[in-house]
Amino acid sequence: MALPAHQDPENHQSGIQRKRKHSPAVALVLSIVFAGLGQLYNRRYLKGAVFILVELAFLLTMLESINFGLWGLRTLGTIPGTDHSIRLLVFGVLSLIGVFFAVSLYIFNVLDARNQARKIQNGWKPAKIRETISAFYEYAFPYLMTFPGLLLMVFVVIFPLLFSVLLAFTNYNLYNSPPRNLVDWVGFSNFVDLVTVPIWQNTFLSVFSWTIVWTVVATTLQIGIGLFLALIVNDPRIKFKKIIRTVLILPWAVPAFVTILIFSAMFNDDFGAINRDIIIPLFGGGGLPWLGDPFYARIAIIMVQTWLGFPFIFALFTGVLQSISKDWYEAADVDGGSRMQKFRHITLPHVMFATAPLLIMQYAQNFNNFNVIYLFNEGGPPVRGQNAGGTDILISWVYKLTFDTNNYSMAAVISIIMGVIVSGFAFYQFRKTRSFKEEGEI
Amino acid sequence: MNQKRKSRIEVAAMYGVLAVVAVIIFYPLIWTVGISFNQGHSLYSSSIIPENFSLDHYQWLFSEESDYLLWYKNSLFVSGVTAIGSVILTSLVAYAFSRYQFVGRKNGLYIFLLLQMFPVMMAMVALYIFLNMIGLLDTLTGLILIYLGGQIPFNAWLVKGYFDTIPRELDQAARIDGAGHLRVFWSIMLPLAKPILAVVALFNFMMPLFDFLLPTIILSSAENYTLAVGLYNFINDQFANNFTRFAAGSILVAVPIAAVYLYLQRYLISGLTAGGTKG
Repeated sequence: MALPAHQDPENHQSGIQRKRKHSPAVALVLSIVFAGLGQLYNRRYLKGAVFILVELAFLLTMLESINFGLWGLRTLGTIPGTDHSIRLLVFGVLSLIGVFFAVSLYIFNVLDARNQARKIQNGWKPAKIRETISAFYEYAFPYLMTFPGLLLMVFVVIFPLLFSVLLAFTNYNLYNSPPRNLVDWVGFSNFVDLVTVPIWQNTFLSVFSWTIVWTVVATTLQIGIGLFLALIVNDPRIKFKKIIRTVLILPWAVPAFVTILIFSAMFNDDFGAINRDIIIPLFGGGGLPWLGDPFYARIAIIMVQTWLGFPFIFALFTGVLQSISKDWYEAADVDGGSRMQKFRHITLPHVMFATAPLLIMQYAQNFNNFNVIYLFNEGGPPVRGQNAGGTDILISWVYKLTFDTNNYSMAAVISIIMGVIVSGFAFYQFRKTRSFKEEGEI
Repeated sequence: MNQKRKSRIEVAAMYGVLAVVAVIIFYPLIWTVGISFNQGHSLYSSSIIPENFSLDHYQWLFSEESDYLLWYKNSLFVSGVTAIGSVILTSLVAYAFSRYQFVGRKNGLYIFLLLQMFPVMMAMVALYIFLNMIGLLDTLTGLILIYLGGQIPFNAWLVKGYFDTIPRELDQAARIDGAGHLRVFWSIMLPLAKPILAVVALFNFMMPLFDFLLPTIILSSAENYTLAVGLYNFINDQFANNFTRFAAGSILVAVPIAAVYLYLQRYLISGLTAGGTKG
């Protein structure tokens, strides 16, 4: 991150004093030559010494490994069997991050030297060390606060993301993997394969369309049922509200990981409880192929997700419904509004206004809902003519490509496409909300 | 009369719907409890009302043979540290974003939130190699660090939304009285933001408890397993599929968690709508 110039309050006091012989250009050039020289020229000896030490330490310890990392990133290794391309790639990405930080610091150093030189030119006298330190603390405080979080996020969010994006442009897969072989950069050929090679094309299209259907149907059902039940329980004529609410929230309280696996056992084609205890006694026959047939598997998985997801929505809506003032409804009664009208013009706008961001997040969550798909049926059953199962959504397909068939580069391509879709959608939504707009400062 | 009758039918219909929903909710839960009291190992010979009622599986979980208690301990450790750590890290970040001007303030959080929407499967390959490089593979510390880093964007966004609702006049007044940056944070922001911090703590306590993907990749030795990995292996193991044991183990986890959730759900919802709608 590039740090901006110092803006000290003393700046304006010096306007009338005559200009001194002190050139910002010299400070700028000196600090570009070697960090800290510009500060020495400005007679900020302590600061200059610190900068020089930091740069020396950086050059002595990091230069070689960063150089090596960037070499690895460029070539991905040259000797098969010795150079491990993927480790080189990881190392290269880490070096890139290191370079980024170093460059940011360097830019900060250059700007700092120039700005201070300008101030000195305008007759500003350096403050005492203690004041300088406390001014620095004032200025650096937000950075100090965010630094630990930023550092972790760089390693947990940025670094893996860069790595995945880069993988999409390599030919890393089961048959071409280190240490036996070297991985090479192949440009956009993976992207081209995805849309031209029939098996990829077919699989991608069918998985993609099922992902969309899944996201829309499962989430909308969740929200619809949650809203419907919240309205029922909120009806003044219903008694025992507290107990009913507790029961309805139960599926949310039980860990999803456990319930999905339980449902998976219950829907088992041969000895699952759904077939054995419900379908066969009621309708006869041999039971439905819940896990063996793509159509029934999809129905089952949507039902499971609805079971898992509606209580959260229910709880959310219940909270909002209770906060809607009775006056609205009384006013509507006076005007002779029908129940439908009251719902459409009072209840729905209130509920939607208060919960819209969370509802949108539900859609995004289901789009990436790996757990339910994978734990329920591992994305199965298998389907002819494609390399993903019948209930596989994009994310579980990526998982299979990565960990089952080790087709890493293709998995990376699909990850990028998914990420662009979801974050594009989210970006559009965030734009509409206010929280990130500027607010006043202290 | 007619009106009254109509109303009564409506109420009956509503109770009817609720009854059906209640059956659908309870059926799988009671089924699991029933299964856990069955004697055999396989699903095939088990039924919801056990023919041979037994507590075998529960006894086994607490016996010397099983690592169940160890996993329980590991899980509580990971969840506890993640919960505390996330509250500290997140509130620091949210405080800076809510109250200070600095480079990256406007779009910083936002960018991280969007970046996080990219699926993490490939990230696991990278994280695996990276943890191996720094020697944290197959350790709970490595797992915790990843959880801590991954939760920041969303939770910082939630907490920042909440901080924004706390009037600035309060911290300005404290500043006039001579309070420093950290003092304002500690004595004004944190106490006032307790509800949302509780939400963050709870989320981050629960999330590691039932995440199985990341720990299956990172943890390889059985004594480091968390509960989710251990339980999943009960049924994932091709040669020793043990659903009844899984059911018993799950119940012992699910009951305390469900109790906590039900107790805290009111705060959860109000915290989420307060922080989330602002955001």
